[in-house]
Amino acid sequence: MKKQILSILGGAALLAAPMGLNAQMLINGAGSTFDYPAFTKWFEAYKQIDPDVRFNYQSIGSGGGQQQLLHQTVDFGASDAPMTDEMMARAPGKILHIPVVVGGEAICYNLPGNPKLKLDPDTLVNIYLGNITKWNDPKIAALNPDVNLPDLPVIVVHRSDGSGTTFIFCDYLCSVSPVWADTVGKNTSVKWPVGLGGKGNEGVAGQIRQLSGAIGYVELAYALQNHMTYAQMKNAAGNYLYPTLETVSAALATAKVPDDFRFSMVNAPGDNSYPIAGASWVLIYQHFKDPARGQKLVAFLKWAVTDGQKLSEQLDYAPLPENVQQRVVKLLDTVQ
Amino acid sequence: MSEMAVTQNDLRVAPAARAPGDEVFKWLTLVMALSIFALIILIGWELFEGSKVALHRFGWHFLVTKDWDPVNEKFGALVFIYGTLVTSAIALLIAVPISIATAVYLTELAPLWLRQPLVIFIELLAAVPSVILGVWGIFVMIPFLRDHVFPLLQKWFGFLPLFQGPIYGVSMLAGGIIVSIMCIPIITSVSREILRSVPGLQREAAYALGATRWEVTRIAVLSYAKKGLYGAVILGLGRALGETMAVTMVIGNTPQIVASLFAPGYTLASVIANEFTEATGRVYLSALFELGLVLLGVTVLVNIGAQLLLKTFAGPTVKPQH
Repeated sequence: MKKQILSILGGAALLAAPMGLNAQMLINGAGSTFDYPAFTKWFEAYKQIDPDVRFNYQSIGSGGGQQQLLHQTVDFGASDAPMTDEMMARAPGKILHIPVVVGGEAICYNLPGNPKLKLDPDTLVNIYLGNITKWNDPKIAALNPDVNLPDLPVIVVHRSDGSGTTFIFCDYLCSVSPVWADTVGKNTSVKWPVGLGGKGNEGVAGQIRQLSGAIGYVELAYALQNHMTYAQMKNAAGNYLYPTLETVSAALATAKVPDDFRFSMVNAPGDNSYPIAGASWVLIYQHFKDPARGQKLVAFLKWAVTDGQKLSEQLDYAPLPENVQQRVVKLLDTVQ
Repeated sequence: MSEMAVTQNDLRVAPAARAPGDEVFKWLTLVMALSIFALIILIGWELFEGSKVALHRFGWHFLVTKDWDPVNEKFGALVFIYGTLVTSAIALLIAVPISIATAVYLTELAPLWLRQPLVIFIELLAAVPSVILGVWGIFVMIPFLRDHVFPLLQKWFGFLPLFQGPIYGVSMLAGGIIVSIMCIPIITSVSREILRSVPGLQREAAYALGATRWEVTRIAVLSYAKKGLYGAVILGLGRALGETMAVTMVIGNTPQIVASLFAPGYTLASVIANEFTEATGRVYLSALFELGLVLLGVTVLVNIGAQLLLKTFAGPTVKPQH
């Protein structure tokens, strides 16, 4: 009898194995749209490394990612902004923040003749506060003595959809201007003093392209892939830098990163650190209900923050610097 | 409407033997009809549940507050209500004359061989997804409006506050225009069906009295079909109030109340679509839910208002004589 059952089970296993469906583990995630291209690339490549695990990621936005993690309907969330203490307090367990990708933001503009511009934090804040309204304003002119600036009105463009890009941009403005911090603040959407709202990177970029005199912030990857004109920004060390994958990575290497990884990397110190950049995090519980799942996910995340960074770099995400990679791997070792 | 009432009465008078199938059919259709009510009530209830936090916190002030500040958690719906009403009004002002004129042409004037192809084109327009229209709006319509149409409007009507101020292209007017494009197929199709249902006898009688083509259309067709045409417009209005994607892409998404139609604005549906995915705070999310509730309320009120307007201004309709 026992033998019979065993042989039946064995037969079933043989049948199931080639189909592969039953043996596979499906890990569910949800959250940030910013991460989505990187995840897609990683999931595809990871099939070669561990064929037993499959991923399902819904890019429903950072807010949705955090909510679903809190309600434990997903194995991991992904968010462009770290969770607030208030949100963390509502979680049933301890949540870890795992930085997985880093991106910069380019300050794009549209001026006749496409001049190369330099901007400093003070000028940028005053443009977004509505205090600088003309391109030939003395403040802009002082930074760009070689450029013949036109007498055009400055048209400010910002994101209209709630987005991590806005959070990082406002985080930067808060860090360089107490006035901005007091009157506007930072969030995924804010009450803008001036300007037009465009939906998504493409909406902002579209308005900048079409309106002579427009200025706006766009994800670096989008700006690079669409060959937009963007400014050199003055960083904390006083150097003017273009956003590139190197200068954004350099910013994270020198930024102050606390042990819980809920860091902000805007206006980072260091000669070669581009000032407007931010990370996106995978959010997981430190204690998994199902340890087998936890192990598989942790193994994937360890791979993603080390070897996987070369793949995400192809998509114009800045790679995590070496020192951060090592610390993240250590943090992942604490998952049970 | 009145025609329908007449036929229903006729049916009731007809003393047909009631088969059990008829009873089943009656109850089945009743259930179907009630399911629509149930759905609306369920949606309303869910929105109410979701917006409790905001309702409790802001009360009625939510409806009259202009602020929308997610950082300091100060929320109000006034600017979005304004934007929604303005874009819908613009949309109807443009769409109604075009649609009804098209419907009249299609049923009364167009040569027979042309009617079907035109109808197919109109129905194709209805099938264009709104996000596609929005992209077309950004890259084709907006530059055209900004460089050619808006400056002319400003030149001719610049004395009106409606057409003053800087021109960015993205604006409430652009939002209204894109919505009008989406309303046109609906209003046209429904109007066409209504005009087609006008009995041929009506027209022949008017011709017999020596009426010209325009007079026949005006007296015998349009005034006969008046109520049905209002219904078509209300259907279009429903579409206009709730349109989201295409409007978001061309309206400029700036929460403000200004007289100028060239200024960017914001609508209820747009702000929900824009901010819902990334909203994290409890009050913030709840305020977005409340915007949904407000949109539902505005839709209901505008519809009731339109019906009342019909009752008072439409006057006595020409009673069909059978």
